[in-house]
Amino acid sequence: MLSKRIIACLDVRDGKVVKGVNFEGLRDAGDPAALARRYNVEGIDEIVILDVTATVEARQARAHTIAAVAREIFLPLAVGGGIHSEADAAAAIEAGADKVSLNTAALKTPELITTLAKRYGSQAVIVAIDAKKQDDRYAVYARSGQAATPRDAVEWAREATDRGAGEILLTSIDRDGTKAGFDCAMTAAVSGAVNIPVIASGGAGTFEHFADVFRDGRADAALAASIFHFNEKSVVELKQFLSTVGIPVRI
Amino acid sequence: MIALVDYGAGNLTSVRKALAAIGAHVWTPAVPGELGRAHGIIVPGVGHFDATRGLTGDWRAAIKATVADGTPLLGICVGLQWLFDGSAEAPEVAGLRMFKGTCSPFTFPVNARQKVPHVGWNSLSMPRPSKLMAGITPGTQVYFTHSYAAPVIDDTAAICDYGGPFSAAVERGNVAGVQFHPEKSGDAGLHVLSNWLDLSRRSSGGA
Repeated sequence: MLSKRIIACLDVRDGKVVKGVNFEGLRDAGDPAALARRYNVEGIDEIVILDVTATVEARQARAHTIAAVAREIFLPLAVGGGIHSEADAAAAIEAGADKVSLNTAALKTPELITTLAKRYGSQAVIVAIDAKKQDDRYAVYARSGQAATPRDAVEWAREATDRGAGEILLTSIDRDGTKAGFDCAMTAAVSGAVNIPVIASGGAGTFEHFADVFRDGRADAALAASIFHFNEKSVVELKQFLSTVGIPVRI
Repeated sequence: MIALVDYGAGNLTSVRKALAAIGAHVWTPAVPGELGRAHGIIVPGVGHFDATRGLTGDWRAAIKATVADGTPLLGICVGLQWLFDGSAEAPEVAGLRMFKGTCSPFTFPVNARQKVPHVGWNSLSMPRPSKLMAGITPGTQVYFTHSYAAPVIDDTAAICDYGGPFSAAVERGNVAGVQFHPEKSGDAGLHVLSNWLDLSRRSSGGA
């Protein structure tokens, strides 16, 4: 049976792992390669590097971080943040990324999804959607949650799929960093609307939250950052818990 | 020396890195004629079966000739699919026809639909002993990402199930393939790659 994936997110700035609450007030959590090594030993299924403050000038620095992490682990590695062009994606993939995650760039230039899917295959293209509940819909935000867009998360996920995305990384802006639990309703709405895997993100605080988002949220994978970085919850214990409540995981 | 065949199907970095980690010397041949000095040949691949078009007649002939001399061949992902007759993903593109059968998309009962592509860690069962999967215990999970799959045949060395059983690994003589990504499957993946590398070392008299 296909396992539900547990993904660790490394939010990187200037070569260091940081993690904020609601995208603000970033605090230092260490060296990306060291963290990746620890996660690999603990049985993490995948790693995502989000270079949250990436700029064009930072592309070289990002390549170093990717290469340093890729040297440590033989697991799927995705890179997001600052992937604005085909050249950015190519640089990340050449440095050792298996997948790139597009967010603001995909909203601005949706054709980029298709361009990259044709060049590297859909399995290499994640479309990241940051959204928050507004009335009876899920409003999509660009620029790390700073800029409102007219898009709805469910419709945007469908369009991204049609354009060639291989996975959706769905982050709840309301829940991100709060440890109040994933937004299961939003995750279920998006997961039910597309036929590609959906990675839930934002709000992980307890082991039960993961069980909830796999069951009620119909997520195919769940991503967390700070819950793992500070040794609050080990990946091993999380997977053992999920296994005992009947959720298929890789142990 | 292991020849990693680059036919333009994306990303070779991960495979190269994993092979280096287990002590293999790898190069990417520029022309088919270079395959003659390979102790093992790897045909990687992610994405669309249509990309195997890049393996033109010259490459096919050189790969077949080198394999006929006893050199081990390993296809990874689309590289495994290419070892079969072909794929419904690109019916006009012929496979190498080393294994019988055609790759087809996943099908699910109406009430049990699952996501496609099949992305993530799934478990293996071994229908028979093989050199490639030696030391891999039933239930071991490895990383897959694909939308088409090869049928289970007599040469199947590992089976995975996603809406039905498919070939996760095949082996006959010195020709082998894996649908999963050994370079992305942690220790289990490196173990499979090491098994294959041992075969290439034996075929080259210990080089």
